[in-house]
Amino acid sequence: MDPIIDQVSKDHMRADLPDFQVGDTVEVHVRIVEGDKERIQVFKGVVIRKRGSKTSATFTVRKISYEVGVERTFPLHSPSINELRVVSKGKVRRGRLYYLRSLYGKKARIKEKQVS
Amino acid sequence: MIGRLLGKKLGMTRIFDAEGTALAVTVIEAGPCYVVQKKTAALDGYDAVQLGFIRKRLDKCPKPLRGHFEKNGFKSGFRYLKEFRLDSVAGLEVGQELDVTQFEIGQRINVIGFSKGRGFAGVIKRWKFQRGPETHGSMSHRAPGSIGASAYPSRVIKGKKMPGRMGNARITVRSLQVVDVRPENNLLLVKGAVPGARHGLLLIKKS
Repeated sequence: MDPIIDQVSKDHMRADLPDFQVGDTVEVHVRIVEGDKERIQVFKGVVIRKRGSKTSATFTVRKISYEVGVERTFPLHSPSINELRVVSKGKVRRGRLYYLRSLYGKKARIKEKQVS
Repeated sequence: MIGRLLGKKLGMTRIFDAEGTALAVTVIEAGPCYVVQKKTAALDGYDAVQLGFIRKRLDKCPKPLRGHFEKNGFKSGFRYLKEFRLDSVAGLEVGQELDVTQFEIGQRINVIGFSKGRGFAGVIKRWKFQRGPETHGSMSHRAPGSIGASAYPSRVIKGKKMPGRMGNARITVRSLQVVDVRPENNLLLVKGAVPGARHGLLLIKKS
């Protein structure tokens, strides 16, 4: 890839977000603009997918909201993400946790990773 | 400023604007260009400016061009020379440098380039015809089908879409939005796509 394009992309990438992996439980604080008002909404759930590279990287968070599974995909470097907090590290053996979609209740839990 | 510049397409990427919307942008290395020659209505019958882009050693230039550059006081030649018709060349000097600072963020520009050559292309690629069935005894997979009636008019109408050379044509994309201007590395970031391959020459005009 062209080094100049690389640099242009890098200028639009965020370095302030913490490192997280698939399986981690995260809180995404999303900036929502309604008319001229701005508020922050928190979306908390398990990261089931990370894809893409550079500015086009995205990640998908899954949560159960009123017994309905909700998945939301965020651009990783989006300025709309006000804050990203890793709540807990998960121990998983897969890169894409699509199997969580067919599980619910106790089965859909993810073991916490013991960080030494 | 004249709002004309030569540039080189570097490629595309994705960036975010202030609201957090993702934009597909083309990165263009635009300028610096130099005024090599001024043409005036009195002398040449029309007003135009000839711009040079990307320096080239004089001894690498063909002799007639070398003379052209030397006559206008250049110590080096240029790889690209392009002429832009203008209403008036007043305020421009031979040797004057033009760079991206003449464009500003939010401005609309037209970009001209040569599209990628696709060689001798069939009718599906070239004119977006529907393809025929792949199986069940069909033999018209990518064939153009009927090209007209028989006894009347006994000829193929002019302009019928047929296979042939595709691409490598001069294309103008109008009213592209300038997303960012970076004078430190002569970059112009434009929303959307621009004709041609990477490192292809582009003509930039303000709309």
